[in-house]
Amino acid sequence: MDNDRAEPGGAGGFIELDGVEKVFEVRRRTGFLKRERRRVRAVDGLSFTVARGEMVGYIGPNGAGKSTTIKMLTGILTPSGGRLRVAGIDPARERTRLAHRIGVVFGQRTTLWWDLPLIDSYRLMHRMYRIPDARYRENLDRCVELLQLEALLDVPVRQLSLGQRMRGDIAAALLHDPDVLYLDEPTIGLDVVSKAKVRGFLRELNAERGTTVLLTTHDLQDIEQLCSRVMVIDHGRLMYDGPLAGLHEAGESERTLVVDLERELPPIEAPEPARVVRVEGPRQWLAFPASASAAGLVAGIAARYPLVDLSVREPDIEAVIAKIYAERASA
Amino acid sequence: MGSGRLYAAVAAGGFRRYATYRAATAAGVFTNTVFGLILVYTYLALWDAKPQLGGYDQAQAVTYVWLGQALLAALAIGGGGFEDELMERIRTGDIAVDLYRPADLQLWWLAADLGRALFQVLGRGLVPFAFGAVFFPVALPREASAWAAFLVAVLLAAMVSFGLRYLVALSAFWLMDGTGVTQMAWLAGFFCSGMLLPLNVFPGALGEVVRALPWSSMLQAPADVLLGEADPLGTFVFQAGWALVLLAVGRLVQSAATRRVVVQGG
Repeated sequence: MDNDRAEPGGAGGFIELDGVEKVFEVRRRTGFLKRERRRVRAVDGLSFTVARGEMVGYIGPNGAGKSTTIKMLTGILTPSGGRLRVAGIDPARERTRLAHRIGVVFGQRTTLWWDLPLIDSYRLMHRMYRIPDARYRENLDRCVELLQLEALLDVPVRQLSLGQRMRGDIAAALLHDPDVLYLDEPTIGLDVVSKAKVRGFLRELNAERGTTVLLTTHDLQDIEQLCSRVMVIDHGRLMYDGPLAGLHEAGESERTLVVDLERELPPIEAPEPARVVRVEGPRQWLAFPASASAAGLVAGIAARYPLVDLSVREPDIEAVIAKIYAERASA
Repeated sequence: MGSGRLYAAVAAGGFRRYATYRAATAAGVFTNTVFGLILVYTYLALWDAKPQLGGYDQAQAVTYVWLGQALLAALAIGGGGFEDELMERIRTGDIAVDLYRPADLQLWWLAADLGRALFQVLGRGLVPFAFGAVFFPVALPREASAWAAFLVAVLLAAMVSFGLRYLVALSAFWLMDGTGVTQMAWLAGFFCSGMLLPLNVFPGALGEVVRALPWSSMLQAPADVLLGEADPLGTFVFQAGWALVLLAVGRLVQSAATRRVVVQGG
Protein backbone atom coordinates (compact mmCIF):
# COMPACT_ATOMS: atom_id res chain seq x y z
CA MET A 1 0.00 0.00 0.00
CA ASP A 2 2.64 2.46 -1.00
CA ASN A 3 0.50 5.17 -2.48
CA ASP A 4 2.95 7.86 -1.61
CA ARG A 5 5.41 7.10 -4.38
CA ALA A 6 6.73 10.17 -6.14
CA GLU A 7 4.50 10.92 -9.07
CA PRO A 8 5.58 12.71 -12.23
CA GLY A 9 2.05 13.67 -13.20
CA GLY A 10 0.82 13.87 -9.64
CA ALA A 11 0.71 17.62 -9.20
CA GLY A 12 -1.81 18.59 -11.87
CA GLY A 13 -3.84 15.47 -12.40
CA PHE A 14 -3.24 11.80 -12.73
CA ILE A 15 -5.11 11.56 -15.99
CA GLU A 16 -4.95 14.67 -18.13
CA LEU A 17 -6.65 15.30 -21.44
CA ASP A 18 -6.33 18.59 -23.21
CA GLY A 19 -8.25 19.10 -26.43
CA VAL A 20 -7.94 15.45 -27.38
CA GLU A 21 -9.36 14.46 -30.74
CA LYS A 22 -9.77 11.19 -32.57
CA VAL A 23 -10.80 11.27 -36.19
CA PHE A 24 -11.50 8.07 -38.07
CA GLU A 25 -11.53 7.97 -41.80
CA VAL A 26 -14.35 5.82 -43.02
CA ARG A 27 -14.43 4.74 -46.63
CA ARG A 28 -17.73 3.92 -48.10
CA ARG A 29 -18.54 2.44 -51.45
CA THR A 30 -20.89 4.73 -53.32
CA GLY A 31 -20.92 2.95 -56.65
CA PHE A 32 -18.92 0.58 -58.78
CA LEU A 33 -15.27 1.31 -57.91
CA LYS A 34 -16.35 4.65 -56.54
CA ARG A 35 -15.55 5.37 -52.98
CA GLU A 36 -16.34 8.19 -50.70
CA ARG A 37 -14.11 9.17 -47.84
CA ARG A 38 -15.76 10.47 -44.77
CA ARG A 39 -14.17 11.72 -41.59
CA VAL A 40 -15.84 10.74 -38.36
CA ARG A 41 -14.96 12.61 -35.19
CA ALA A 42 -15.29 9.97 -32.48
CA VAL A 43 -13.72 12.27 -29.89
CA ASP A 44 -13.90 15.98 -30.48
CA GLY A 45 -11.80 18.31 -28.34
CA LEU A 46 -12.08 16.45 -25.07
CA SER A 47 -10.49 18.00 -21.98
CA PHE A 48 -10.65 16.78 -18.41
CA THR A 49 -8.45 15.96 -15.45
CA VAL A 50 -8.77 13.15 -12.98
CA ALA A 51 -6.88 13.43 -9.72
CA ARG A 52 -5.10 10.53 -8.08
CA GLY A 53 -7.46 8.38 -6.06
CA GLU A 54 -10.62 9.71 -7.69
CA MET A 55 -13.39 7.40 -8.79
CA VAL A 56 -15.09 8.87 -11.82
CA GLY A 57 -18.07 7.65 -13.80
CA TYR A 58 -17.87 8.13 -17.55
CA ILE A 59 -21.20 7.80 -19.26
CA GLY A 60 -22.81 8.48 -22.58
CA PRO A 61 -25.03 6.82 -25.16
CA ASN A 62 -23.71 4.15 -27.52
CA GLY A 63 -21.23 5.56 -29.98
CA ALA A 64 -20.57 8.65 -27.85
CA GLY A 65 -16.82 8.05 -27.80
CA LYS A 66 -16.41 6.37 -24.41
CA SER A 67 -14.54 3.30 -25.59
CA THR A 68 -12.45 5.36 -27.98
CA THR A 69 -11.37 7.48 -25.00
CA ILE A 70 -10.48 4.38 -22.98
CA LYS A 71 -8.50 2.96 -25.90
CA MET A 72 -6.53 6.19 -26.19
CA LEU A 73 -5.89 6.11 -22.44
CA THR A 74 -4.38 2.62 -22.77
CA GLY A 75 -2.30 3.59 -25.81
CA ILE A 76 -4.02 1.22 -28.24
CA LEU A 77 -5.31 4.16 -30.25
CA THR A 78 -3.26 7.24 -31.05
CA PRO A 79 -5.09 10.57 -30.70
CA SER A 80 -5.39 12.62 -33.88
CA GLY A 81 -4.81 15.79 -31.91
CA GLY A 82 -4.51 17.28 -28.44
CA ARG A 83 -2.47 16.26 -25.44
CA LEU A 84 -3.01 13.21 -23.30
CA ARG A 85 -1.08 12.02 -20.23
CA VAL A 86 -1.61 9.21 -17.77
CA ALA A 87 0.74 9.21 -14.78
CA GLY A 88 2.89 11.62 -16.76
CA ILE A 89 3.23 9.11 -19.61
CA ASP A 90 2.10 9.63 -23.20
CA PRO A 91 0.15 6.37 -23.70
CA ALA A 92 0.54 6.00 -27.45
CA ARG A 93 4.31 6.54 -27.33
CA GLU A 94 5.10 4.46 -24.28
CA ARG A 95 2.35 1.89 -24.28
CA THR A 96 4.42 -0.84 -22.66
CA ARG A 97 5.75 1.34 -19.85
CA LEU A 98 2.26 2.58 -19.15
CA ALA A 99 0.86 -0.96 -19.18
CA HIS A 100 2.65 -1.66 -15.90
CA ARG A 101 0.81 1.22 -14.26
CA ILE A 102 -2.72 0.55 -15.48
CA GLY A 103 -5.29 -2.18 -15.19
CA VAL A 104 -8.03 -2.61 -17.76
CA VAL A 105 -11.24 -4.57 -17.65
CA PHE A 106 -13.38 -4.66 -20.77
CA GLY A 107 -16.67 -6.12 -19.58
CA GLN A 108 -17.44 -7.70 -22.92
CA ARG A 109 -14.00 -9.17 -23.45
CA THR A 110 -11.74 -11.29 -21.34
CA THR A 111 -8.03 -11.33 -20.68
CA LEU A 112 -8.26 -14.85 -19.25
CA TRP A 113 -7.14 -18.04 -20.96
CA TRP A 114 -10.37 -19.60 -22.10
CA ASP A 115 -9.37 -23.26 -22.03
CA LEU A 116 -7.30 -23.28 -18.88
CA PRO A 117 -7.99 -23.05 -15.14
CA LEU A 118 -8.27 -19.51 -13.81
CA ILE A 119 -5.06 -19.82 -11.79
CA ASP A 120 -3.04 -20.34 -15.00
CA SER A 121 -4.02 -16.90 -16.24
CA TYR A 122 -2.89 -15.40 -12.94
CA ARG A 123 0.47 -17.16 -13.17
CA LEU A 124 0.83 -15.62 -16.59
CA MET A 125 0.10 -12.13 -15.18
CA HIS A 126 2.78 -12.81 -12.58
CA ARG A 127 5.33 -13.23 -15.38
CA MET A 128 3.93 -10.63 -17.73
CA TYR A 129 4.03 -7.80 -15.21
CA ARG A 130 7.13 -9.14 -13.46
CA ILE A 131 5.41 -8.97 -10.11
CA PRO A 132 7.74 -9.87 -7.21
CA ASP A 133 6.73 -13.26 -5.80
CA ALA A 134 5.71 -12.09 -2.33
CA ARG A 135 3.70 -9.23 -3.81
CA TYR A 136 1.98 -11.56 -6.23
CA ARG A 137 0.97 -13.96 -3.47
CA GLU A 138 -0.31 -11.16 -1.28
CA ASN A 139 -2.36 -9.55 -4.04
CA LEU A 140 -3.70 -12.86 -5.27
CA ASP A 141 -4.76 -13.92 -1.77
CA ARG A 142 -6.48 -10.63 -1.25
CA CYS A 143 -8.37 -10.74 -4.55
CA VAL A 144 -9.31 -14.37 -4.02
CA GLU A 145 -10.72 -13.55 -0.63
CA LEU A 146 -12.59 -10.38 -1.54
CA LEU A 147 -13.89 -11.59 -4.89
CA GLN A 148 -14.65 -15.08 -3.58
CA LEU A 149 -12.55 -16.88 -6.15
CA GLU A 150 -11.23 -19.69 -3.93
CA ALA A 151 -13.44 -22.40 -5.38
CA LEU A 152 -12.94 -21.16 -8.95
CA LEU A 153 -9.15 -21.15 -9.25
CA ASP A 154 -8.94 -24.65 -10.69
CA VAL A 155 -11.97 -24.32 -12.94
CA PRO A 156 -11.37 -23.72 -16.68
CA VAL A 157 -12.49 -20.21 -17.58
CA ARG A 158 -14.91 -21.47 -20.22
CA GLN A 159 -16.93 -23.14 -17.43
CA LEU A 160 -17.32 -19.97 -15.35
CA SER A 161 -20.56 -18.03 -15.26
CA LEU A 162 -20.48 -14.46 -16.55
CA GLY A 163 -20.38 -13.03 -13.02
CA GLN A 164 -17.60 -15.39 -11.97
CA ARG A 165 -15.61 -14.60 -15.09
CA MET A 166 -15.99 -10.89 -14.50
CA ARG A 167 -14.66 -11.23 -10.96
CA GLY A 168 -11.82 -13.31 -12.40
CA ASP A 169 -11.04 -10.58 -14.92
CA ILE A 170 -11.07 -7.85 -12.30
CA ALA A 171 -8.59 -9.81 -10.18
CA ALA A 172 -6.38 -10.31 -13.25
CA ALA A 173 -6.28 -6.56 -13.81
CA LEU A 174 -5.18 -5.82 -10.25
CA LEU A 175 -2.40 -8.33 -9.49
CA HIS A 176 0.31 -5.88 -10.55
CA ASP A 177 -0.95 -3.06 -8.30
CA PRO A 178 -2.01 -0.67 -11.03
CA ASP A 179 -2.32 3.01 -10.05
CA VAL A 180 -5.32 3.39 -12.27
CA LEU A 181 -8.05 1.01 -13.29
CA TYR A 182 -10.18 1.50 -16.40
CA LEU A 183 -13.42 -0.39 -16.25
CA ASP A 184 -15.48 -0.60 -19.40
CA GLU A 185 -18.94 -1.86 -18.48
CA PRO A 186 -17.84 -4.09 -15.60
CA THR A 187 -21.37 -5.03 -14.56
CA ILE A 188 -22.89 -5.62 -18.00
CA GLY A 189 -25.07 -8.70 -18.00
CA LEU A 190 -24.54 -9.47 -14.31
CA ASP A 191 -27.32 -10.36 -11.90
CA VAL A 192 -28.10 -8.23 -8.86
CA VAL A 193 -25.96 -10.26 -6.45
CA SER A 194 -22.93 -10.29 -8.76
CA LYS A 195 -23.27 -6.56 -9.37
CA ALA A 196 -23.30 -5.92 -5.63
CA LYS A 197 -20.16 -8.01 -5.18
CA VAL A 198 -18.29 -6.19 -7.92
CA ARG A 199 -19.34 -2.77 -6.63
CA GLY A 200 -18.43 -3.63 -3.05
CA PHE A 201 -14.99 -4.74 -4.16
CA LEU A 202 -14.35 -1.61 -6.23
CA ARG A 203 -15.42 0.66 -3.38
CA GLU A 204 -13.00 -1.07 -1.05
CA LEU A 205 -10.18 -1.02 -3.59
CA ASN A 206 -10.56 2.70 -4.03
CA ALA A 207 -10.85 3.41 -0.30
CA GLU A 208 -7.99 1.17 0.84
CA ARG A 209 -5.47 1.40 -1.97
CA GLY A 210 -6.37 4.77 -3.39
CA THR A 211 -6.58 3.28 -6.87
CA THR A 212 -7.83 5.81 -9.40
CA VAL A 213 -10.87 4.39 -11.17
CA LEU A 214 -12.43 5.46 -14.45
CA LEU A 215 -15.70 3.64 -14.90
CA THR A 216 -17.67 3.42 -18.12
CA THR A 217 -21.16 2.08 -17.76
CA HIS A 218 -24.75 2.16 -18.88
CA ASP A 219 -25.87 1.17 -15.41
CA LEU A 220 -26.47 4.36 -13.48
CA GLN A 221 -26.63 2.47 -10.22
CA ASP A 222 -22.94 1.74 -10.67
CA ILE A 223 -22.35 5.48 -10.72
CA GLU A 224 -24.74 6.28 -7.90
CA GLN A 225 -23.12 3.76 -5.63
CA LEU A 226 -19.48 4.29 -6.55
CA CYS A 227 -18.68 7.65 -8.02
CA SER A 228 -18.72 11.09 -6.48
CA ARG A 229 -18.08 12.58 -9.88
CA VAL A 230 -19.61 11.85 -13.23
CA MET A 231 -18.68 12.91 -16.74
CA VAL A 232 -21.26 12.74 -19.51
CA ILE A 233 -19.99 12.51 -23.07
CA ASP A 234 -21.94 12.65 -26.29
CA HIS A 235 -20.79 13.03 -29.89
CA GLY A 236 -17.24 13.01 -28.61
CA ARG A 237 -17.71 16.06 -26.40
CA LEU A 238 -17.97 16.50 -22.68
CA MET A 239 -21.54 17.52 -21.85
CA TYR A 240 -21.33 17.50 -18.10
CA ASP A 241 -18.60 17.14 -15.51
CA GLY A 242 -19.44 17.34 -11.83
CA PRO A 243 -21.14 15.64 -8.93
CA LEU A 244 -23.96 13.26 -9.72
CA ALA A 245 -26.44 15.48 -7.87
CA GLY A 246 -25.58 18.39 -10.13
CA LEU A 247 -26.89 16.47 -13.10
CA HIS A 248 -30.37 17.30 -11.89
CA GLU A 249 -29.74 20.99 -12.34
CA ALA A 250 -27.98 20.49 -15.62
CA GLY A 251 -30.90 18.46 -16.87
CA GLU A 252 -33.40 20.92 -15.33
CA SER A 253 -35.02 17.96 -13.70
CA GLU A 254 -38.19 18.21 -11.66
CA ARG A 255 -39.53 16.55 -8.56
CA THR A 256 -43.11 15.44 -8.37
CA LEU A 257 -45.53 16.08 -5.52
CA VAL A 258 -48.42 13.65 -5.42
CA VAL A 259 -51.40 14.81 -3.34
CA ASP A 260 -54.55 12.90 -2.40
CA LEU A 261 -57.51 15.21 -1.79
CA GLU A 262 -60.78 14.37 0.00
CA ARG A 263 -62.72 14.45 -3.23
CA GLU A 264 -62.37 15.16 -6.94
CA LEU A 265 -61.54 18.80 -7.50
CA PRO A 266 -60.44 20.93 -10.45
CA PRO A 267 -56.64 21.21 -10.86
CA ILE A 268 -55.00 22.90 -7.87
CA GLU A 269 -53.95 26.48 -8.43
CA ALA A 270 -50.41 26.07 -7.25
CA PRO A 271 -47.92 28.93 -6.80
CA GLU A 272 -45.32 29.31 -9.58
CA PRO A 273 -43.24 27.49 -10.74
CA ALA A 274 -45.17 24.40 -9.61
CA ARG A 275 -47.91 23.20 -11.91
CA VAL A 276 -50.37 20.36 -12.11
CA VAL A 277 -49.33 17.82 -14.70
CA ARG A 278 -51.95 15.13 -14.14
CA VAL A 279 -55.32 14.64 -12.43
CA GLU A 280 -56.90 11.28 -11.72
CA GLY A 281 -59.99 11.34 -9.48
CA PRO A 282 -59.02 12.83 -6.13
CA ARG A 283 -55.30 12.38 -6.85
CA GLN A 284 -53.22 15.12 -8.48
CA TRP A 285 -49.60 15.31 -9.62
CA LEU A 286 -47.62 18.54 -9.41
CA ALA A 287 -44.21 19.11 -10.98
CA PHE A 288 -41.71 21.57 -9.48
CA PRO A 289 -37.96 22.22 -9.91
CA ALA A 290 -35.65 19.80 -8.13
CA SER A 291 -33.84 22.77 -6.59
CA ALA A 292 -36.99 24.22 -4.97
CA SER A 293 -38.22 23.29 -1.49
CA ALA A 294 -41.25 21.04 -1.19
CA ALA A 295 -42.17 22.37 2.26
CA GLY A 296 -43.55 25.74 1.14
CA LEU A 297 -45.51 24.18 -1.66
CA VAL A 298 -47.07 21.58 0.66
CA ALA A 299 -47.95 24.22 3.26
CA GLY A 300 -49.61 26.40 0.64
CA ILE A 301 -51.73 23.57 -0.69
CA ALA A 302 -52.66 22.24 2.77
CA ALA A 303 -53.93 25.70 3.75
CA ARG A 304 -56.35 25.93 0.83
CA TYR A 305 -57.30 22.34 -0.04
CA PRO A 306 -58.64 19.34 1.91
CA LEU A 307 -55.48 17.26 1.97
CA VAL A 308 -55.62 13.56 2.90
CA ASP A 309 -52.17 12.30 1.99
CA LEU A 310 -49.06 13.27 -0.01
CA SER A 311 -45.72 12.01 -1.22
CA VAL A 312 -42.70 13.53 -3.00
CA ARG A 313 -40.97 11.65 -5.82
CA GLU A 314 -37.34 12.38 -6.57
CA PRO A 315 -36.39 12.74 -10.22
CA ASP A 316 -35.18 9.60 -11.88
CA ILE A 317 -31.52 9.99 -12.83
CA GLU A 318 -32.00 7.93 -15.95
CA ALA A 319 -34.75 10.25 -17.08
CA VAL A 320 -32.46 13.22 -16.42
CA ILE A 321 -29.68 11.79 -18.53
CA ALA A 322 -32.03 10.74 -21.28
CA LYS A 323 -33.23 14.34 -21.30
CA ILE A 324 -29.66 15.67 -21.59
CA TYR A 325 -28.92 13.34 -24.50
CA ALA A 326 -32.14 14.30 -26.25
CA GLU A 327 -31.53 18.03 -25.81
CA ARG A 328 -28.03 17.78 -27.27
CA ALA A 329 -29.25 15.71 -30.16
CA SER A 330 -31.85 18.28 -31.13
CA ALA A 331 -29.54 21.24 -30.53
CA MET B 1 15.49 -12.29 -18.71
CA GLY B 2 12.09 -11.56 -17.29
CA SER B 3 10.51 -11.64 -20.70
CA GLY B 4 12.06 -15.06 -21.33
CA ARG B 5 10.07 -16.39 -18.40
CA LEU B 6 6.95 -14.72 -19.70
CA TYR B 7 7.19 -16.35 -23.12
CA ALA B 8 8.08 -19.68 -21.54
CA ALA B 9 4.87 -19.37 -19.53
CA VAL B 10 2.95 -18.51 -22.70
CA ALA B 11 4.42 -21.55 -24.47
CA ALA B 12 3.56 -23.77 -21.51
CA GLY B 13 0.03 -22.42 -21.66
CA GLY B 14 -0.15 -23.15 -25.38
CA PHE B 15 0.95 -26.70 -24.68
CA ARG B 16 -1.59 -27.25 -21.90
CA ARG B 17 -4.50 -25.68 -23.77
CA TYR B 18 -4.21 -28.34 -26.46
CA ALA B 19 -3.53 -31.05 -23.92
CA THR B 20 -6.94 -30.26 -22.40
CA TYR B 21 -8.84 -31.69 -25.33
CA ARG B 22 -8.09 -35.40 -25.09
CA ALA B 23 -10.94 -36.63 -27.25
CA ALA B 24 -9.88 -34.28 -30.06
CA THR B 25 -6.32 -35.53 -29.75
CA ALA B 26 -7.42 -39.16 -29.91
CA ALA B 27 -9.57 -38.42 -32.96
CA GLY B 28 -6.62 -36.68 -34.57
CA VAL B 29 -4.31 -39.62 -33.94
CA PHE B 30 -6.85 -41.92 -35.54
CA THR B 31 -7.26 -39.63 -38.57
CA ASN B 32 -3.50 -39.30 -39.09
CA THR B 33 -3.09 -43.07 -38.91
CA VAL B 34 -5.84 -43.76 -41.45
CA PHE B 35 -4.64 -40.98 -43.73
CA GLY B 36 -1.12 -42.39 -43.46
CA LEU B 37 -2.33 -45.85 -44.45
CA ILE B 38 -4.04 -44.52 -47.56
CA LEU B 39 -0.98 -42.52 -48.59
CA VAL B 40 1.44 -45.34 -47.82
CA TYR B 41 -0.36 -47.77 -50.13
CA THR B 42 -0.49 -45.11 -52.84
CA TYR B 43 3.24 -44.48 -52.45
CA LEU B 44 4.02 -48.22 -52.45
CA ALA B 45 2.18 -48.57 -55.77
CA LEU B 46 4.02 -45.55 -57.16
CA TRP B 47 7.45 -46.71 -56.09
CA ASP B 48 6.69 -50.23 -57.40
CA ALA B 49 6.10 -48.72 -60.82
CA LYS B 50 8.98 -46.24 -60.56
CA PRO B 51 11.69 -47.36 -58.15
CA GLN B 52 14.04 -44.59 -56.98
CA LEU B 53 11.44 -41.95 -57.80
CA GLY B 54 12.77 -38.58 -56.63
CA GLY B 55 15.90 -40.31 -55.36
CA TYR B 56 14.08 -42.18 -52.55
CA ASP B 57 13.97 -45.95 -52.27
CA GLN B 58 10.75 -47.60 -51.12
CA ALA B 59 11.60 -47.61 -47.41
CA GLN B 60 12.49 -43.92 -47.55
CA ALA B 61 9.20 -43.15 -49.30
CA VAL B 62 7.27 -45.01 -46.60
CA THR B 63 9.20 -43.17 -43.87
CA TYR B 64 8.40 -39.91 -45.60
CA VAL B 65 4.66 -40.64 -45.41
CA TRP B 66 4.71 -41.35 -41.68
CA LEU B 67 6.89 -38.32 -41.02
CA GLY B 68 4.30 -36.23 -42.82
CA GLN B 69 1.52 -37.63 -40.67
CA ALA B 70 3.56 -37.09 -37.52
CA LEU B 71 4.26 -33.44 -38.38
CA LEU B 72 0.98 -32.50 -40.10
CA ALA B 73 -0.72 -31.21 -36.95
CA ALA B 74 2.39 -29.84 -35.29
CA LEU B 75 3.33 -27.71 -38.29
CA ALA B 76 -0.35 -26.89 -38.93
CA ILE B 77 0.17 -27.61 -42.60
CA GLY B 78 -3.55 -28.08 -43.06
CA GLY B 79 -4.40 -25.17 -40.73
CA GLY B 80 -5.54 -25.53 -37.14
CA GLY B 81 -2.85 -23.54 -35.39
CA PHE B 82 -3.10 -20.23 -33.59
CA GLU B 83 -4.14 -18.33 -36.72
CA ASP B 84 -7.85 -19.12 -36.53
CA GLU B 85 -7.96 -17.78 -33.00
CA LEU B 86 -5.96 -14.65 -33.78
CA MET B 87 -8.16 -13.87 -36.79
CA GLU B 88 -11.24 -14.29 -34.67
CA ARG B 89 -9.79 -11.94 -32.06
CA ILE B 90 -9.08 -9.35 -34.74
CA ARG B 91 -12.58 -9.73 -36.18
CA THR B 92 -14.35 -9.38 -32.83
CA GLY B 93 -12.05 -6.71 -31.47
CA ASP B 94 -10.73 -8.88 -28.63
CA ILE B 95 -7.32 -8.04 -30.04
CA ALA B 96 -7.60 -4.85 -27.96
CA VAL B 97 -6.92 -6.97 -24.89
CA ASP B 98 -3.73 -8.35 -26.46
CA LEU B 99 -2.56 -4.92 -27.53
CA TYR B 100 -2.61 -3.14 -24.18
CA ARG B 101 -0.54 -5.84 -22.53
CA PRO B 102 3.13 -5.21 -21.84
CA ALA B 103 4.11 -7.96 -24.25
CA ASP B 104 5.03 -8.24 -27.91
CA LEU B 105 2.18 -9.54 -30.04
CA GLN B 106 4.34 -11.56 -32.41
CA LEU B 107 6.52 -13.14 -29.72
CA TRP B 108 3.43 -13.91 -27.68
CA TRP B 109 1.76 -15.86 -30.48
CA LEU B 110 5.03 -17.45 -31.55
CA ALA B 111 5.54 -18.80 -28.02
CA ALA B 112 1.95 -20.00 -27.81
CA ASP B 113 2.22 -21.70 -31.21
CA LEU B 114 5.51 -23.41 -30.38
CA GLY B 115 3.90 -24.74 -27.20
CA ARG B 116 1.02 -26.05 -29.28
CA ALA B 117 3.41 -27.58 -31.83
CA LEU B 118 5.34 -29.39 -29.10
CA PHE B 119 2.15 -30.87 -27.74
CA GLN B 120 1.06 -31.97 -31.18
CA VAL B 121 4.39 -33.62 -31.97
CA LEU B 122 4.03 -35.66 -28.79
CA GLY B 123 0.26 -36.07 -28.64
CA ARG B 124 -0.56 -36.51 -32.29
CA GLY B 125 2.73 -37.36 -33.97
CA LEU B 126 4.33 -40.14 -31.98
CA VAL B 127 1.57 -42.73 -32.25
CA PRO B 128 1.06 -42.65 -36.05
CA PHE B 129 4.84 -42.60 -36.51
CA ALA B 130 5.37 -45.59 -34.23
CA PHE B 131 2.50 -47.38 -35.96
CA GLY B 132 4.16 -46.83 -39.33
CA ALA B 133 7.58 -47.89 -38.04
CA VAL B 134 6.20 -51.12 -36.61
CA PHE B 135 4.01 -52.25 -39.50
CA PHE B 136 5.91 -51.00 -42.54
CA PRO B 137 9.51 -51.14 -43.74
CA VAL B 138 11.05 -47.78 -42.83
CA ALA B 139 14.49 -46.21 -43.21
CA LEU B 140 15.50 -44.61 -39.92
CA PRO B 141 19.01 -43.49 -38.94
CA ARG B 142 20.84 -45.15 -36.06
CA GLU B 143 23.07 -42.23 -35.08
CA ALA B 144 21.81 -39.89 -32.39
CA SER B 145 23.34 -36.96 -34.28
CA ALA B 146 20.95 -37.51 -37.21
CA TRP B 147 17.99 -37.45 -34.85
CA ALA B 148 19.29 -34.31 -33.13
CA ALA B 149 19.69 -32.62 -36.53
CA PHE B 150 16.15 -33.70 -37.38
CA LEU B 151 14.78 -32.08 -34.22
CA VAL B 152 16.56 -28.81 -35.02
CA ALA B 153 15.08 -28.93 -38.53
CA VAL B 154 11.60 -29.50 -37.06
CA LEU B 155 12.00 -26.54 -34.72
CA LEU B 156 13.04 -24.33 -37.65
CA ALA B 157 10.14 -25.73 -39.67
CA ALA B 158 7.78 -24.69 -36.88
CA MET B 159 9.20 -21.15 -37.00
CA VAL B 160 8.72 -20.91 -40.78
CA SER B 161 5.22 -22.31 -40.44
CA PHE B 162 4.45 -19.71 -37.78
CA GLY B 163 5.89 -16.92 -39.93
CA LEU B 164 3.61 -17.82 -42.84
CA ARG B 165 0.50 -18.22 -40.72
CA TYR B 166 1.17 -14.99 -38.84
CA LEU B 167 0.97 -13.12 -42.13
CA VAL B 168 -2.23 -14.96 -43.00
CA ALA B 169 -3.73 -14.05 -39.62
CA LEU B 170 -2.76 -10.37 -39.83
CA SER B 171 -4.57 -10.06 -43.15
CA ALA B 172 -7.73 -10.04 -41.03
CA PHE B 173 -6.91 -6.46 -40.04
CA TRP B 174 -7.68 -5.46 -43.62
CA LEU B 175 -10.07 -8.15 -44.80
CA MET B 176 -12.30 -8.73 -41.77
CA ASP B 177 -13.18 -12.13 -43.16
CA GLY B 178 -10.11 -14.26 -43.63
CA THR B 179 -11.77 -17.45 -44.87
CA GLY B 180 -10.46 -17.05 -48.42
CA VAL B 181 -6.91 -16.34 -47.34
CA THR B 182 -6.96 -19.24 -44.90
CA GLN B 183 -8.08 -21.66 -47.59
CA MET B 184 -5.44 -20.42 -50.03
CA ALA B 185 -2.79 -20.84 -47.35
CA TRP B 186 -4.09 -24.30 -46.57
CA LEU B 187 -3.92 -25.37 -50.22
CA ALA B 188 -0.48 -23.87 -50.74
CA GLY B 189 0.70 -25.50 -47.54
CA PHE B 190 -0.51 -28.94 -48.55
CA PHE B 191 0.95 -28.83 -52.01
CA CYS B 192 4.16 -26.84 -51.54
CA SER B 193 5.30 -28.38 -48.28
CA GLY B 194 5.42 -31.82 -49.90
CA MET B 195 2.49 -33.19 -47.94
CA LEU B 196 0.95 -34.83 -51.01
CA LEU B 197 4.15 -35.88 -52.74
CA PRO B 198 7.79 -35.27 -51.86
CA LEU B 199 9.01 -32.13 -53.62
CA ASN B 200 12.01 -33.90 -55.16
CA VAL B 201 9.52 -35.84 -57.28
CA PHE B 202 8.42 -32.65 -59.04
CA PRO B 203 10.14 -32.27 -62.41
CA GLY B 204 12.00 -29.38 -64.02
CA ALA B 205 11.30 -25.74 -63.28
CA LEU B 206 8.25 -26.47 -61.15
CA GLY B 207 10.42 -28.62 -58.88
CA GLU B 208 13.10 -25.92 -58.67
CA VAL B 209 10.51 -23.32 -57.71
CA VAL B 210 8.65 -25.30 -55.04
CA ARG B 211 11.91 -26.44 -53.48
CA ALA B 212 12.98 -22.81 -53.12
CA LEU B 213 9.72 -21.62 -51.55
CA PRO B 214 9.38 -21.30 -47.76
CA TRP B 215 6.90 -24.19 -47.55
CA SER B 216 9.64 -26.64 -48.48
CA SER B 217 11.23 -25.82 -45.10
CA MET B 218 8.28 -27.39 -43.39
CA LEU B 219 8.10 -31.05 -44.34
CA GLN B 220 10.62 -31.65 -47.09
CA ALA B 221 13.56 -30.16 -45.20
CA PRO B 222 13.25 -32.09 -41.91
CA ALA B 223 12.42 -35.29 -43.82
CA ASP B 224 15.55 -35.01 -45.98
CA VAL B 225 17.66 -34.36 -42.89
CA LEU B 226 16.30 -37.49 -41.21
CA LEU B 227 16.58 -39.61 -44.35
CA GLY B 228 20.17 -38.48 -44.89
CA GLU B 229 19.29 -36.92 -48.24
CA ALA B 230 20.33 -33.39 -47.38
CA ASP B 231 23.24 -31.71 -45.67
CA PRO B 232 21.90 -30.63 -42.25
CA LEU B 233 23.84 -27.36 -42.04
CA GLY B 234 22.81 -26.18 -45.49
CA THR B 235 19.21 -27.09 -44.67
CA PHE B 236 19.34 -25.15 -41.40
CA VAL B 237 20.64 -22.08 -43.20
CA PHE B 238 17.85 -22.33 -45.77
CA GLN B 239 15.16 -22.75 -43.11
CA ALA B 240 16.53 -20.10 -40.77
CA GLY B 241 16.78 -17.69 -43.70
CA TRP B 242 13.11 -18.10 -44.52
CA ALA B 243 12.15 -17.94 -40.85
CA LEU B 244 13.99 -14.63 -40.42
CA VAL B 245 12.53 -13.13 -43.58
CA LEU B 246 8.99 -14.15 -42.68
CA LEU B 247 9.27 -13.01 -39.08
CA ALA B 248 10.70 -9.66 -40.20
CA VAL B 249 7.91 -9.15 -42.74
CA GLY B 250 5.46 -10.16 -40.01
CA ARG B 251 6.87 -7.41 -37.79
CA LEU B 252 6.46 -4.81 -40.52
CA VAL B 253 2.91 -5.87 -41.24
CA GLN B 254 2.17 -5.94 -37.52
CA SER B 255 3.30 -2.36 -37.02
CA ALA B 256 1.32 -1.23 -40.06
CA ALA B 257 -1.72 -3.10 -38.79
CA THR B 258 -1.61 -1.79 -35.24
CA ARG B 259 -1.04 1.77 -36.45
CA ARG B 260 -4.16 1.73 -38.55
CA VAL B 261 -6.05 -0.42 -36.12
CA VAL B 262 -9.69 0.25 -35.73
CA VAL B 263 -10.57 -2.04 -32.93
CA GLN B 264 -13.96 -3.51 -33.70
CA GLY B 265 -16.95 -2.99 -31.50
CA GLY B 266 -17.40 -0.60 -28.54
